[in-house]
Amino acid sequence: MTGSGHILSASDLLVERGGSVILDRVSCDIREGEVVSLIGPNGAGKTTLLMALSGLTRLNGGKVLFRGREVGKEIAGLPYRRKIAVVFQEPLLFNTTVFENIASGPKIRGSSSLEIRRTVSEQMERFGIPHLADRSARTLSGGEAQRTSLARAFATRPEILFLDEPFASLDPPSRDSLIRDLEGVLNQTKTTAVLATHDRTEALMMSDRIAVMLAGKIAQNGTPEEVMNRPADPDIAAFVGAETIVTGKILRRENGTFILSAGSSEIEAAGEGEPGELVILFVRPENVTLTRRATKEQSSARNMFPARIVRLIPAGFYFKAELECGFPLDAFITGRSVEEMGLKEGTEVFASFKATAIHSIRKK
Amino acid sequence: MDLIFEGVVKAFELLFGLDPEVMGITALSLRISGTATLISLVIGISTGTAVALAEFPGRKIVISLINTGMALPPVVVGLIVSILLWRSGPLGFLDILYTPTAIIAAQFIIATPIVTGISLAAVQQLPKKLRLQVLALGATRLQMVWILLREARLPLLAAVMAGFGGVISEVGASIMVGGNIKGYSRVLTTATVMETGRGNFEIAIALGVILLILAYLINLVLTRIQQYERPR
Repeated sequence: MTGSGHILSASDLLVERGGSVILDRVSCDIREGEVVSLIGPNGAGKTTLLMALSGLTRLNGGKVLFRGREVGKEIAGLPYRRKIAVVFQEPLLFNTTVFENIASGPKIRGSSSLEIRRTVSEQMERFGIPHLADRSARTLSGGEAQRTSLARAFATRPEILFLDEPFASLDPPSRDSLIRDLEGVLNQTKTTAVLATHDRTEALMMSDRIAVMLAGKIAQNGTPEEVMNRPADPDIAAFVGAETIVTGKILRRENGTFILSAGSSEIEAAGEGEPGELVILFVRPENVTLTRRATKEQSSARNMFPARIVRLIPAGFYFKAELECGFPLDAFITGRSVEEMGLKEGTEVFASFKATAIHSIRKK
Repeated sequence: MDLIFEGVVKAFELLFGLDPEVMGITALSLRISGTATLISLVIGISTGTAVALAEFPGRKIVISLINTGMALPPVVVGLIVSILLWRSGPLGFLDILYTPTAIIAAQFIIATPIVTGISLAAVQQLPKKLRLQVLALGATRLQMVWILLREARLPLLAAVMAGFGGVISEVGASIMVGGNIKGYSRVLTTATVMETGRGNFEIAIALGVILLILAYLINLVLTRIQQYERPR
């Protein structure tokens, strides 16, 4: 363990193939135990960065430090590869039984058969597939195959797990249940994980930190709220979408909706979820209404928040108002409203949106 | 019609009566072609795998040479091996022309490109990322090659079958370098040629039936392999 607390530290990673630059001097640090998502459109270099970090691709420049030791120099390729695991979009199972697939990592390391049997049954239990032990990998469904692939990865007790679009080929129900199970295992084992995905919902559900990749570079790197709510430039904004995201805990349910505590405020939202669960809310800026004053009954209504305009940004026919109301919130307003209401940075207003205009996903 | 009918009846008498000459020729054929195939597997699978996994300049040329070699005419191989082994030839000192060893050498040359080409294709048709997956599981290079070959075991079996099928049914090289000497270097195909030429159709048909059965068995295995699906 280095003093910095970084399990992995990459600097100036350069990967060129066939004359074009795929990874353009990328640097990043991964802290012990955190889950980092690399998001970005197809071709942005997510997979290449993952392969570079896992030592599976040739670098044209830069270096990767694992616990302060340079991979390929101070720690050789093989011992490094034995401390990590990689799960790809395709399960890439071997043509044998589920048991033998999960056993392959420990077998490669020469573990005893007793140890192998213990590890394999532990992993099968974790991913809910003990009943598949003797099944041939050829006969598995997509979800079962990817569970086997994850179990095989965890059977090597990796210190870092690299996941390359692991859920992209799954149907939504299998995907959601697998994400839930994987999160459980990551939490329980405190495994550091790096997830490449083009799906921002997956990234929001799983990660402590999100790095947005565009054209071979990390364009922004921060907490999910920072990246989603304050994209650093228009390209990132175009990829992550315009919605404000708010994370909070469900306090209680009330006839078909739930009440969420976010920052110092309570938000009512329609959707699935039980008290105590963490959820992420998406609020589209066009669904947020601003008023200067609120009548008495309006101000006691749900989802009406006293707010202060932090920034007012011209965006074509609209202005985007970045608000602070106990949580960050964005609203679109017309130029005419800005004039009529005399809005400027620092103005105190009331922001409101409907419970049904909110999209929500459960976090854990 | 009588000629065919009587020929077939006699042929089956020879077959089911386990005629010593027919059985001897069959055993020798299997031994020679089996040995040639076995040696070609060692060279062919390792070369094919190396070419499939390695990156080097001129790789495409090597692959096209191997593919050309798969269609090497047996008589050309027979000619080359004859010249090499001729008493005054460069390998004449070995003194093995017109021996079963010479046939094994010629058949090895015929089978090796076939085994190499199919092994190369077998390893190449594995998902590209499988190699990375195996490395990521902590495998050494040697373990990686072994695991990939195990994954390609069915198409590799096809290489075995195609190699063996190619040499057991080959006649040109065997007759040129083996000499078709009775009880010594006479194999199924060379005997069939000779007995047909002599008008001994019953023996020729019996030998032909054995060749057909072998061809059927080989193709049975190949078809089973083709119908088999890889896991995702």
